[in-house]
Amino acid sequence: MSVLFAVAPALPLDEAGKYVAGAFVAFVGVIVIYVAIMGVRLQRMSRELSELHRALEAREQGEAERAKGAAAR
Amino acid sequence: MYGKGLRALSLATFAALTATFALVFFYAPLDADQGFIQKIFYVHVPVAIVTLCAYVLGGIFAAIHLKTHDRGWDLRSYVVIHIALIFNVVGLLTGAIWAKASWGHWWVWDEPTLVSFLIVFLLFATYQPLRFSIEDPERQARYAAVFAVMAGAFVPLNFAAVRAATATVHPRTFGTTGGGLPSQMAWVFVVAIVAMALLFALMCCYEIAAKQTRWQLRALRRRLLGSDAVAPLGRSAAPALGEPSRSAPRESGRGSYPAEAPS
Repeated sequence: MSVLFAVAPALPLDEAGKYVAGAFVAFVGVIVIYVAIMGVRLQRMSRELSELHRALEAREQGEAERAKGAAAR
Repeated sequence: MYGKGLRALSLATFAALTATFALVFFYAPLDADQGFIQKIFYVHVPVAIVTLCAYVLGGIFAAIHLKTHDRGWDLRSYVVIHIALIFNVVGLLTGAIWAKASWGHWWVWDEPTLVSFLIVFLLFATYQPLRFSIEDPERQARYAAVFAVMAGAFVPLNFAAVRAATATVHPRTFGTTGGGLPSQMAWVFVVAIVAMALLFALMCCYEIAAKQTRWQLRALRRRLLGSDAVAPLGRSAAPALGEPSRSAPRESGRGSYPAEAPS
């Protein structure tokens, strides 16, 4: 990495650097916001999926109990 | 399953973006005229190019939807335009920052390139409200597709008109006479375009995968708990695949919409 920095042009952090940083931050910022929104959506879907799993388990348990009761009779 | 190949695409996008940023700051030479400020070029121009191409792509997908009545194409058209709008905002923001650094103004109203890009943004910004204003999913898809085709056709016409206009201060990336980018800059520029296109494709794939997973969850809930357990979808700009159409059923098989989301 130090070799890379040695051959790279100097990064002037004066007036120009501020604007260049601003443009790249705007670009990366929008991606980060998008990823955050996707993360929230994913959380919501995962919550819904676990809710469905619980409902399915309760349904299967009820069916098994009914079958057991019918067999006992 | 949904989101197939997302990992490979994510890795490719990450590698391409990292390579772009490294090349921009450590390989591309400083511009003789603008100096360090010109580095914004490698974000602003690829984003703008990908945005305009995406609008055209959205129009093509919408045309396919009109031809086939397959709502999967409406979804693709919607997602492509949706992500293109996000890219458009990035293009406007980075352009305004570059304009301020280079010309001393955030915005120049008498510059055709800037104003035309804003007009394209405003035109496609009406796409979402248009969809939202139509409640019936079938009509929503059809009307939105007509809009997307017309607006998509407007983009290359607009681009050609701006190229024909006498430019004032905004430079031309693909010059028609002489000059052009030096080879080192051109390579970095090409890599930047590939990276932005990959990022765009990745965001579209994520969006489509998220929507399809959501519809599958709704379908699963309906099957498991009955229709009463599924809250009716509120009015939305997004296509509602898997939801029954509220309009009269179509008589022929062609044009009937699937009960489940397509894979």
